[in-house]
Amino acid sequence: MILSVKNLSVGFDELNVLENVNFDVSPGDILAIIGPNGSGKTVLLRALLHTIPYRGQIKWEKGVRIGYVPQKLFIDWSLPLTLREFLNLKTKIIGAGAGELEDVLSLVKLPGSFLDRPLAKLSGGQFQRALIAFAMIGDPNVLLFDEPTASVDTPSSAQIYEDLHKLCDQRKMTLLIVSHDLSLIYSYANKVLCLNKQNLCFGHPAEVLTPERLHELYGTPVKFYVHEHRFVGEEHEEGHEHGHEHHHHDHD
Amino acid sequence: MSMVTSTTTMITTNFAFYIILALVMAVTAGIVGAFAVMRRLSIASDPMSHIALPGVGLALLFGVNPLLGATASLLVGAFIIWGLENKTKISTDAMIGVVFSLALAIGALITPSEEIINALFGSYSQISLLEFASGIAISLGIIIYLLYQKEKITLSILSPELAKTSGLNNQLLNLYFLIAMVMTIMLGLRYLGALLAGTLIIIPAVTAKNLARSLSSMFSISAVVSLISVASGLALSEKIGVEPGPVIICVAGLIFIASLLIKKPE
Repeated sequence: MILSVKNLSVGFDELNVLENVNFDVSPGDILAIIGPNGSGKTVLLRALLHTIPYRGQIKWEKGVRIGYVPQKLFIDWSLPLTLREFLNLKTKIIGAGAGELEDVLSLVKLPGSFLDRPLAKLSGGQFQRALIAFAMIGDPNVLLFDEPTASVDTPSSAQIYEDLHKLCDQRKMTLLIVSHDLSLIYSYANKVLCLNKQNLCFGHPAEVLTPERLHELYGTPVKFYVHEHRFVGEEHEEGHEHGHEHHHHDHD
Repeated sequence: MSMVTSTTTMITTNFAFYIILALVMAVTAGIVGAFAVMRRLSIASDPMSHIALPGVGLALLFGVNPLLGATASLLVGAFIIWGLENKTKISTDAMIGVVFSLALAIGALITPSEEIINALFGSYSQISLLEFASGIAISLGIIIYLLYQKEKITLSILSPELAKTSGLNNQLLNLYFLIAMVMTIMLGLRYLGALLAGTLIIIPAVTAKNLARSLSSMFSISAVVSLISVASGLALSEKIGVEPGPVIICVAGLIFIASLLIKKPE
């Protein structure tokens, strides 16, 4: 067991965002976390990273190295921060070797010529790849991936799934992914956690993702095989920061 | 004859202390400012310097060095902001607006009236060797700390979650940065006073943000703009015979306006 979560609850202002969530993850698992808008998916990832207070038990295996890919960064996009500078923040902090930058860039298929571009000049898809590259610095054995809802278009998000899946295979990496794309979950994940404050289901996608369960989860009938990207709606209330939205459109 | 010479030497030494400390303080303010702007403290930094006034007032009343009083109250201010930011419930901006403006009002009431203008706007004053040495030491300490911890502070500002997964302690980094910031304000008080000391942290840094193409160039441009503002502000104020603080800020403001007209190279 690489991660075991028992009776996890998270509350803000006496309002529970997560209640009594239980699940476990084995090495090499691809766990998809699904649920409607505001169901606490991002909050769950933050609790797993210990960046917010929680009750209950979150137990990571000893020596686990976690990489985190946030949905977006709440930063001032007029900051003149280049991709190289952004990635080097982590290589310098963890003392990674000089070759690490090229390695992670090629993992996410970003050309080295992008290194001196300001982050704000990257497209949505490129920026997401940059965030994955950042997470891959230091060779993590677990990747927490919070999929963005709006900034990445569907073909490129399918490509990212494909690449992530390969990456997990090659590196024997465990993947926890917050996702909105049920058809992709169906093809890649071996475990799924349905979240709506509480966990409504946990298990193998083919067994637990029944039409009735999805109806219960989202409150409307959902056909998972339809490649409809926006049925969950856009997530704004999950973040507790305030700041500029990432006004990116995908060009690639 | 010998007495005259020694007095002249003393004044010259003291003036040299005054100028050197100003220039070192300017570089410190420029570098601290780049982080403060990244951290969206542009608005808070100005009221932050106001909290120095009650400390100055109390110190003057009790006959203590006003900078010691200012240091004490600024550190209290740093902890107030730190405490507020660790609680998500209260709006930090609103609290800073209320607490720090109130501090200015109380400070204005308790500061002796013959000192109030100097306390608010800064003034030329005698600098002892001890004050000079500790000012330089604090400045260098801040600069070395910030440059040495540049990546950690930046990542903690950009994304606390990413910082956490890189093994950083966000709260501690935040506290140290706030202390570096109020100490820089303290160093600027002599030249700029409680009203304007926070401003020198902001204007050069937002100017640099306009001009820079990378984060590292933003740091150096901010330091250079701050240095130019302080140097030319001091020279100008000496020439026209007015207090240096407002002149320094006007020069910085002019450079900022000029930066808006210069298009950032693509």
